[in-house]
Amino acid sequence: MVLRQIRYEWVAFWRNPAAAFFTFVFPLLFLVIFNMVFGNAEISVPGGTARASTFYVPAIAAMSIVNACFTSLAMSVTISRDAGVLKRVRGTPLPPWAYLTARIGLVTLVALLLITIVVSLGALAYGVSVPTHTMPAFILTVLVSAATCSALGLAVTALVPNTDAAPPVVNGIALPLLFISDIFVRAERVPPWVNRLADVFPLSHISEALQTAFNPFEVGSGFEWTHLAVIAAWGVVGMLLALRFFTWEPRQ
Amino acid sequence: MTTSHLPSPDLAIRVAGLRMAYGPHEAVRGIDLAVRRGEVFALLGPNGAGKTTTVEILEGHRSRTGGTVEVLGHDPARHERAYKERIGIVLQSTGIDRYLTVGEAVDMFRGYYPHPRPREEVLALVGLEAQRDERVRRLSGGQQRRLNVAIGLAGDPDLMFLDEPTTGFDPAARRQAWEMIRNLRSTGTTVFLTTHYLDEAEQLADRVAIIAGGRIIAEGSPQSLASGQTRTVIQFRMPAALCVLPVPPEVAEVADDGRVRIETAEPTRTLLALTRWAGDAGVELPNLTVSRATLEDIYLQLVDASEAVGAAE
Repeated sequence: MVLRQIRYEWVAFWRNPAAAFFTFVFPLLFLVIFNMVFGNAEISVPGGTARASTFYVPAIAAMSIVNACFTSLAMSVTISRDAGVLKRVRGTPLPPWAYLTARIGLVTLVALLLITIVVSLGALAYGVSVPTHTMPAFILTVLVSAATCSALGLAVTALVPNTDAAPPVVNGIALPLLFISDIFVRAERVPPWVNRLADVFPLSHISEALQTAFNPFEVGSGFEWTHLAVIAAWGVVGMLLALRFFTWEPRQ
Repeated sequence: MTTSHLPSPDLAIRVAGLRMAYGPHEAVRGIDLAVRRGEVFALLGPNGAGKTTTVEILEGHRSRTGGTVEVLGHDPARHERAYKERIGIVLQSTGIDRYLTVGEAVDMFRGYYPHPRPREEVLALVGLEAQRDERVRRLSGGQQRRLNVAIGLAGDPDLMFLDEPTTGFDPAARRQAWEMIRNLRSTGTTVFLTTHYLDEAEQLADRVAIIAGGRIIAEGSPQSLASGQTRTVIQFRMPAALCVLPVPPEVAEVADDGRVRIETAEPTRTLLALTRWAGDAGVELPNLTVSRATLEDIYLQLVDASEAVGAAE
């Protein structure tokens, strides 16, 4: 039931060239630009020093999750809500949870595809080694993060009054966090209070947990349980907010 | 109200004392409805009368603040899957993914139901066979509305809700939509439609309930509603020659342009008085017409009266 719905959502997603293009292009554009400008700088990582590309690949992987599961999900669900798509589905026997699971499933697939491209590009173009013994930790972090961002993405639609307001509201939340959460700018280059502020939100934890998996000096399995716990806690918060405030009716 | 005594299995919809308030504003103020299986039932009323609120409560899209509702043996407020499998809903907005093709959209919705209607049959019922591989976003407005109905038919429902199915249609498209609804009726589907077009209710419905100000103010077949009103309308133009004679008491008022309109429950006696009067003067009554009050006259009267009551409250 859910898989069948994901298939239709997948077909429709790729037929909307503008939405598909921007979901994919922004993270890849940032990956290329940052690597072009800063890629060869030596940076210090726990255990030694590495090239900055080693930082940008997991950071842009984190951005990919935000872009697909938070930004793109929140915007497309708002559009669906105001076009009456959600209301229409609600009048059919398809259970509401199955429909929303399919919407989340779609953006998770998109995020996984995007991360695969980011990691492959990092390996081929910038010589970043793909994690091996930390791969399970990387995949777990990606999936937990995708779930959390999706829950928050659905919750945030309650704040969006209409389709026109979706980009400013959603980007207004995502962009500042992308800047302060150890993604566009490394955490050591911003004032400590900014880091403390960023640590309240899930995004810096996502980025740092993914970085651990890419750290060449990491000897363990790379599971960052504290980070994962914060991310998951935000997922629970997002889910509770979505359950309480999510609406299926179009708003005028 | 002649249907309320019918046993439950013969009724598709049974509503008693339904109320819905939005804050202090009561949109629906205690209505009773009974819709038989297999009939086309129209809820007719002006904009803001409570039509959409009522139909959305029946569909399960809205909660209610009071009263009992039983549709196909279910309470729609419980959101049961078994209920949604048996109804088809056509909302005023389309709400179909714009990037799917017509065929894909119909198939997607068919997949939600245990016994869907075959896709080609659905497309044929609404006349969209030629658009099967067209993207939804490329359809004309009229075609989108037809697809909207097609989606409502996809699950082969026992009961179909149509909320203002022809609002904004041109005359040709309305005729097509009406034909489509008649086809539905002939397949045994119960149809509950809301409309603010009187002719639509008259053309399609086996029974009509008129709603105004959140109350049902009349109910019955279109014919019985019209015949319940026994008044006849006599109209003519006052000829100049008659002005010198005393006007008979039946002529209550003459308009500035000389038109006279008389509503009477005794058309024969009134006509006799009028014709004797004109005959005595030896003149014709120009543009003389005698007609039964139409459903429209009755509708407007009822709605006006109910609004006057509403304003007085």
